[in-house]
Amino acid sequence: MATETHAPAVEGHGAHGGVPYLHHHFDDLAQQRETTSLAMWAFLATEAMMFGGLFLAYTVYRSLYPQAYVEGSHHLNTVLGTVNTFILLTSSLFMALAVHAAAMRNRKQLVLFLVITWIFAAGFLVVKGFEWTADYHEGIMPAVSWHYYDEPEHAADVQRLAHYGIRPNHVMMFFVIYFCMVGLHGIHVLIGMIIIGTLIVLSSKGLFTDGNDQPVEISGLYWHFVDIVWVFLYPLFYLIVIRQP
Amino acid sequence: MAAHTQVEDQAEHTHHVVPLTVYYAVYVALLVLLVATFLVSKIELGPFNIVVAMTIAVMKMILIVLFFMHIRWSSHMVRFFAGAALFWLTIMFVLTLNDYFSRLWFRLPNT
Repeated sequence: MATETHAPAVEGHGAHGGVPYLHHHFDDLAQQRETTSLAMWAFLATEAMMFGGLFLAYTVYRSLYPQAYVEGSHHLNTVLGTVNTFILLTSSLFMALAVHAAAMRNRKQLVLFLVITWIFAAGFLVVKGFEWTADYHEGIMPAVSWHYYDEPEHAADVQRLAHYGIRPNHVMMFFVIYFCMVGLHGIHVLIGMIIIGTLIVLSSKGLFTDGNDQPVEISGLYWHFVDIVWVFLYPLFYLIVIRQP
Repeated sequence: MAAHTQVEDQAEHTHHVVPLTVYYAVYVALLVLLVATFLVSKIELGPFNIVVAMTIAVMKMILIVLFFMHIRWSSHMVRFFAGAALFWLTIMFVLTLNDYFSRLWFRLPNT
């Protein structure tokens, strides 16, 4: 409920009788809210285009070398990928609850829910760390540690793939795309953690529970976007048909 | 207060507070869809595996965008901006994939 006192919609200056967080270049709070929301959505649109380009690369390469994708997907840990999806969905819930707490001006709840969101985000990166460490040791990390298909005990794999016209280089391309996309997403999770961490510090001082809940709301928009990207990454990389070529 | 101006009505609108039960219901639905995605991937459906997987992913996205991101209760302008993102993505995918997939139809010699 918008119970703030604010100046009626006169031209320009909302400083007199306006709430402290109503910036001078806005006529009233409604306009400020709308603009802030639009700005964040415009940014998310650019983010969607950035990830979209990578998804497009994924699509084109998968259409050209589908067996390489099945092979690559088999190296990935489906259980950990599923756990990570659960972790991000749960963190999204707590972010939504945090936004709600800010709107209801409940400082303690807001801080609590933001902290839980942050912990789940950290959990996601920890799981990712375990996954990538295993990938490094297995030798399927392009440019950094790529030796799985060079090992004599995996010669049978190379032969099996050759039967489908796939060379280890094709599988390497799958992993280039995998590490680029999941890595870029991971950077976004890290940025999200920095943003949420900042929100935790500021909201514990009561900055967002005096009616100015917009920063929490638009941070929530960013975080949900990061969640949506993972919702698509998960089936595309981890759930390619279970049966190996 | 005096009669609400249209702008002040909008202030009420843009500050809609969502009931918590909505969030919990959406969360449960998301988890159900996650389980469904995982289970369906274990069934061999050929080319339809990707179709089903993407359909479920899109459903999850719709739930998150509508309810967690508040599009359900947002103004037309905000919805327009959100839709614009999808629109530009669609152009990029449709035109580029048109190019790639039709290359097989019109082969030049020596390609």
